[in-house]
Amino acid sequence: MITLVNIELYKIFKKWRTYIGFIAIGVLVPIIQIAIMIEGEETINFMTRDLQQSFIFVGNLLNGYLISYFILNSLTVHIPFLIALVAGDLLAGEATSGTYRILITRPVSRTKLVASKFAAGLIYTCMLVLWLVVMSMGLGIAIFGVGELIVLKSSVVIIFARDDILWRFLAGYGFAALSMAVVASLAFLFSSLVENAIGPIVSTMAVIIVFVIISAIRIDIFDKIQPFLFTTYMNSWRLFFDDPVDFSEIIKSASILLGHIVIFFGLTAFIFKRKDILS
Amino acid sequence: MSDEKVIEIQNLSKQFKEVKAVDRLNLNVYKGDVFGFLGPNGAGKSTTIRMLLTLINPNEGHIKLFGKSLWENRIEILKQVGAIVEKPDFYGYLSAYKNLEILGKLSGSSISSKRIMEVLEIVGLEKRYKSKVKTYSHGMKQRLGIAQSLLHDPDLIILDEPTTGLDPQGMKEIRELIIYLSKEKQKTIFLSTHILYEVELVANRMIIINKGSAQVEGRVEELLNSEELKVTFQVDDDLKAKKLINETGWVNKLDSSVNGKLIFNLSPSEIPLLNKYFVENNLLVSAVIPMRSLEEFFLKLTEKES
Repeated sequence: MITLVNIELYKIFKKWRTYIGFIAIGVLVPIIQIAIMIEGEETINFMTRDLQQSFIFVGNLLNGYLISYFILNSLTVHIPFLIALVAGDLLAGEATSGTYRILITRPVSRTKLVASKFAAGLIYTCMLVLWLVVMSMGLGIAIFGVGELIVLKSSVVIIFARDDILWRFLAGYGFAALSMAVVASLAFLFSSLVENAIGPIVSTMAVIIVFVIISAIRIDIFDKIQPFLFTTYMNSWRLFFDDPVDFSEIIKSASILLGHIVIFFGLTAFIFKRKDILS
Repeated sequence: MSDEKVIEIQNLSKQFKEVKAVDRLNLNVYKGDVFGFLGPNGAGKSTTIRMLLTLINPNEGHIKLFGKSLWENRIEILKQVGAIVEKPDFYGYLSAYKNLEILGKLSGSSISSKRIMEVLEIVGLEKRYKSKVKTYSHGMKQRLGIAQSLLHDPDLIILDEPTTGLDPQGMKEIRELIIYLSKEKQKTIFLSTHILYEVELVANRMIIINKGSAQVEGRVEELLNSEELKVTFQVDDDLKAKKLINETGWVNKLDSSVNGKLIFNLSPSEIPLLNKYFVENNLLVSAVIPMRSLEEFFLKLTEKES
């Protein structure tokens, strides 16, 4: 199985499209950081305008942690596309290039093949999130240094002490990786259904956009649907930036996301095992 | 060739929506056979091959390879099978060597660098082993397809249109390779091809299928000898030849005559008899050219069927 995963990883990282995600993050994050460097102070002032009437803020509030927090917020919109770009190609790409035939005529079970591709897709997802950590937090801290973290919630502003932040970020990024794994699983499922990688990428993004819109609109009927949409739980990494942290809610969200991964992969394996290879 | 069955197909059927691609097909391939698998486009050849390689699930019927049920012993069986199916597609962004290395790792046995270079040498790609496959011509990909089918030294080699896209020299080399693998390496070869002349040259047994079911199966020689073929006799005096045959029953065998060439419909055993008759009657026979090929035989059969 390890050999199969290694082969899949080798194939993934030999493709140009794999690096689009890394390049996009590598370019976008510094742009965001430069923008914040220029206009960040005004943003901080805006966030703390009410508190400034009662408190005096000292120290480095515009720091690497705040930058990371901003960037993490954009996760559900942008990163899924970069994930789908690779995960959607894992099976459909073999059909497009006609390599299903040489792959499936080898003495390897289809279940193992699909599992190794899925594992490689998850590893890619984790690596992309790790790259996001390096670029947003690593580079952010290198440029802006460390300090307290100000988090603006709907009705309150929470300020975390600098020694209480790192674990929240590590847990938050971990949760983000789990959310992105759901996206990868969905793209992988779509990838097993078609013979062209464009379809899974577009379908995955369509599902995410529709679900995010449903989650955002406050209508009674949508409120009833929201608990059943995985996108509802994708931003639960924010729960790590509550005080106190509601771990039961985090565990619930993580379990639901994990459940989606299991269901999406189970369906993919079921479909792939019965699939007639006609390409 | 022995009595040991390497491929045993019984009542195999596959339906795609309204189309019955394979219809209760039965065939046996024995150890050491070079088995020609013939049929017109859409006859069900590729579907059958895909079922033999577990790419497609049959609706009905049984396939046994090496005496074992294919679907129940898939992995064990596929370790002994090498195949090319239709177009030779590879990972274009990888080199030929890397493609074979990956496929070797997937073959369940350790394939050494030496072995990879060996099969590349067999198909004449050893000098281009570092080149990315996307830079290869169709013919080179076809050769690489054959190389990958030989990689793990399988006992059964399934070749689907192996000479497609090759130049005449390449086609000849592949035919020689098939004969070499059969005679020297005792491999069993299942050869599907549209170039029917190939089957005539390399196969010992064959089947012709049409509309998914078998039309005829047997030894190539026997099937060929059972039918008449067109034979051109080139003689020095065609008028004299015509006069001679008008006096005998050979006249019924005459098909046509053009520019000193007489074309007869003859069974293989009749050819030397007619030749002897001409020579004994002082005619100079400069050439005897049998024109009937498997192609004609094949067309005759499928025309009858349609």
